[in-house]
Amino acid sequence: MTAKFVGRSVPRLEDRPLLLGQGRFAADISFPGQWHMRVVRSGIAHGKIKSIDASATLKLPGVHAVWTAADIAHIPPIPFRLTGLKTLEPYRQPVLAKDVVRYVGDPVAAVFAENAYLAEDAADLVTLDIEQRRATMLATEQPGFYEHDRSTEAGVLQKTYGDVDAAFRGAHAVISLELAIGRHSGVPMETRGAIARYDEANDILEMHGAAKVPHWNRDTLAQMLGRKRESVQLFEGHVGGGFGVRGEIYPEDVLVCAAALKFRKPIKWIEDRREHLVAANHSREQQHKIRAAIDKDGHILAIDDVFFHDNGAYMRTHAATVPDLTAAMLPGPYRIPAYRATGHIRLTNKTPCGTYRAPGRYESSFVRERLLDAIAAKVGMDKIDIRRRNLIGKSAMPYALGLDTLGTKIVYDSGDYTALLDKALALSDWKNLQANLKRRRAAGEKAGCGIAMFVEKSGLGPFDTVRIDVKSDGTVEVITGVASLGQGVETAVAQICADALGVNYSNIKVVHGQTDRIDKGMGAFASRVTVMCGEATRLAAVKLRAELLETAAELMQTKAELLDIVDEQIVRRDRSSGPSMPLAELARAHPGGLSAEATFESVHMVYPYGVHIASVRLDADTGGVTIERYVIAYDIGKAVNPKLVEGQIAGGVAQGIGGALFEEFLYDENGEPLSVTFADYLMPTAREIPELSILVTEDAPSPLNPLGLKGAGEGGANPVGAAIASAIDDALGRPGAITRLPISPQRLKAILNQGGRDGRN
Amino acid sequence: MSAKSDITLTINGRAHAIHVEPRRTLADAIREDCGQTGTHIGCEHGICGACTVIVDGEPVRSCLMFAVQAAGKKIGTVEGLANGDTLHPMQQAFMDHHGLQCGFCTPGFLMLAVGVLEREPDISDDDLLDVLSSNLCRCTGYQNIIKAVRAAAKTMRGK
Repeated sequence: MTAKFVGRSVPRLEDRPLLLGQGRFAADISFPGQWHMRVVRSGIAHGKIKSIDASATLKLPGVHAVWTAADIAHIPPIPFRLTGLKTLEPYRQPVLAKDVVRYVGDPVAAVFAENAYLAEDAADLVTLDIEQRRATMLATEQPGFYEHDRSTEAGVLQKTYGDVDAAFRGAHAVISLELAIGRHSGVPMETRGAIARYDEANDILEMHGAAKVPHWNRDTLAQMLGRKRESVQLFEGHVGGGFGVRGEIYPEDVLVCAAALKFRKPIKWIEDRREHLVAANHSREQQHKIRAAIDKDGHILAIDDVFFHDNGAYMRTHAATVPDLTAAMLPGPYRIPAYRATGHIRLTNKTPCGTYRAPGRYESSFVRERLLDAIAAKVGMDKIDIRRRNLIGKSAMPYALGLDTLGTKIVYDSGDYTALLDKALALSDWKNLQANLKRRRAAGEKAGCGIAMFVEKSGLGPFDTVRIDVKSDGTVEVITGVASLGQGVETAVAQICADALGVNYSNIKVVHGQTDRIDKGMGAFASRVTVMCGEATRLAAVKLRAELLETAAELMQTKAELLDIVDEQIVRRDRSSGPSMPLAELARAHPGGLSAEATFESVHMVYPYGVHIASVRLDADTGGVTIERYVIAYDIGKAVNPKLVEGQIAGGVAQGIGGALFEEFLYDENGEPLSVTFADYLMPTAREIPELSILVTEDAPSPLNPLGLKGAGEGGANPVGAAIASAIDDALGRPGAITRLPISPQRLKAILNQGGRDGRN
Repeated sequence: MSAKSDITLTINGRAHAIHVEPRRTLADAIREDCGQTGTHIGCEHGICGACTVIVDGEPVRSCLMFAVQAAGKKIGTVEGLANGDTLHPMQQAFMDHHGLQCGFCTPGFLMLAVGVLEREPDISDDDLLDVLSSNLCRCTGYQNIIKAVRAAAKTMRGK
């Protein structure tokens, strides 16, 4: 395989229709005669439903129906997709709340009407009588009752190895921190949407607007609605950002499907932004109490972390995924001889939670890296030296951590963490940066620099299957079971296929997210697509190439090993000129089609790793933070398209900055959400995101796939909160000052004022 | 909820005779009544800018304007940028600089940037950054958008 396309920043195949305004996003899909659905949501965080009165609604001309829980009593709660512990099942979300509402935004009824404006008017006329109950707003408070004798503590998970207690008994010193990460989420620019229709003639239920995991969702919807899986098909169009949030099964997806079956009408639902901010998955909210036992030189002997995970009102499709990953990935790149993490999964009366880019890692990296900074301060060492001293060495690879997550044992497959640290320091010009910051601080400025290191995970199996067809016009179609959330899947997969097959990547069409095109598929999450689908594509292309050459050899009356495929032409290897055959001609000679299928299986994930360095300036008057410089070094084994990889990193950093400084879903004490518009929920704009220095390295290819691929999707976001907190500490001259995210101007101002009062600043 | 009126929206030079309620937003009218779905709706309260179109030469949030207010005015949407098969320099620059990922916010950014540069071709880098900070993107981290718009500004000035 010659690398003509893999490793090059070729332009994206996806761009043209999107630039021309010809994308097909969920709201762009309409069917004749469709009805519009509007969900009636609870305005009360916790209460008993006394009655729902829709009589005024049903009188409006153009309103067709109103559903409450009683109308869909046959549909079970939404099942778990990942990490579905049995003990969590009673906390699953029903499609419509039956007796009790548990958060502001909880769906209690659905209105079906002629058009979207009318549906919204009609929904406003549904009268809810709800008897308010006390709302549980803190995951750290003593667990209460969820229902009957069931606790608001849905489960406790523990991950441990080594003798933690002995290590603490023998420690030179113990460092304890209490840290918190704010509630925020992916908030894609496209809100959710689902359009279902029932094809009576073929007995097929279709759902459009699918994303992320269409095959899993197809199987689940079929099961929930009591249909054969073959009679439910999901179709993914363009998806306006995913980030973990989009594409899971939510109540609205089930409602449109059930209604399309019941009313025999296409049903369209498009979420509005206010709904999105209270109804789509939130994420991240955790409180940690972490302790480290160290020796006199600052070596970590043990870590013991107890954390409280606020999952909101229900356990949705991700079940325990986020707390599980938090506990499993917290050790990061450091050698920690004994480890224990205890995660309390708690329910509160807030929007239910799921994953958001770098789930559990954004949180645990903040906690771990705050701890490393605290250890450095305790033993009087430099932030860099303390990390260097505790890093896992290259010679220890592959490194079995002794923990598992997502059904796999964590084994860091390859890495040279120290070498990457050196490269990141060099890129940041660390020594001069420090000297410069010192001068500025001496002159009265509040400027500082922080660092964070991390290990990511990617390429979750267990498999991906790909089929490649050569069409009669010579174009190549790669049919996958993955999905695209806008990250460039089509381009990356086409690049891999192009090299393995011997065709131009721009002649390759990559199909994804269509359950009627391939029977099985794992979808797009956990930075898995390029690794899993990429390797399955390569395998299928290698197989197809052999088949094409065999077939061509017969027609050209020669031996297959004397032939090659170059730029869509079958050519003789042994001569530079002479007869050749276009791929199209070969395909036309075989009307039965030329195709190959392959599956790549993997029981282990692959682990990219990185370093972030942030320089910040604080405004003592406003509490504002300006990021002056941001450096990222990330080793992903092999970059299929470096420009797209950098794009992934840059986007992740911006989201990480949002969670570090601006974004938070806040509530009042009664559970009323306060962040329900983009004027309250502040996402970074072009003004807040600095120019980034990104170094993508390929020093540690994964040994688990031939191209050495590791995923690139989440390393941009992972340690941003940690790096910025470290930088702000430095600017304040107060190690450990930052204990919670986001570091909003109000919080920073309070810290600055407090520093002034107690004279430490 | 109230009587519909007959209006004509002129989008990219083509007249669309439509029959709408007074409360219908321009964004909905462009998308649903005129079938031009390239204009996207991201927040419906004027902050994200995904629905930005050009009305009589000014970039406008079409979710904050009623369709009836745009009657008789010249409306430009993303569908009108390219010249046949040739991309507008702004579209080409977004492709060249990887200024889009999911592409949902892209039409809004394109119309915002084109609208501003057509009025103010020599806008300073800092003012341009201010303008671009009025729209939201969740995928790119903005730097490639800024690079793309600066590159397109150069090309557009050179025309």
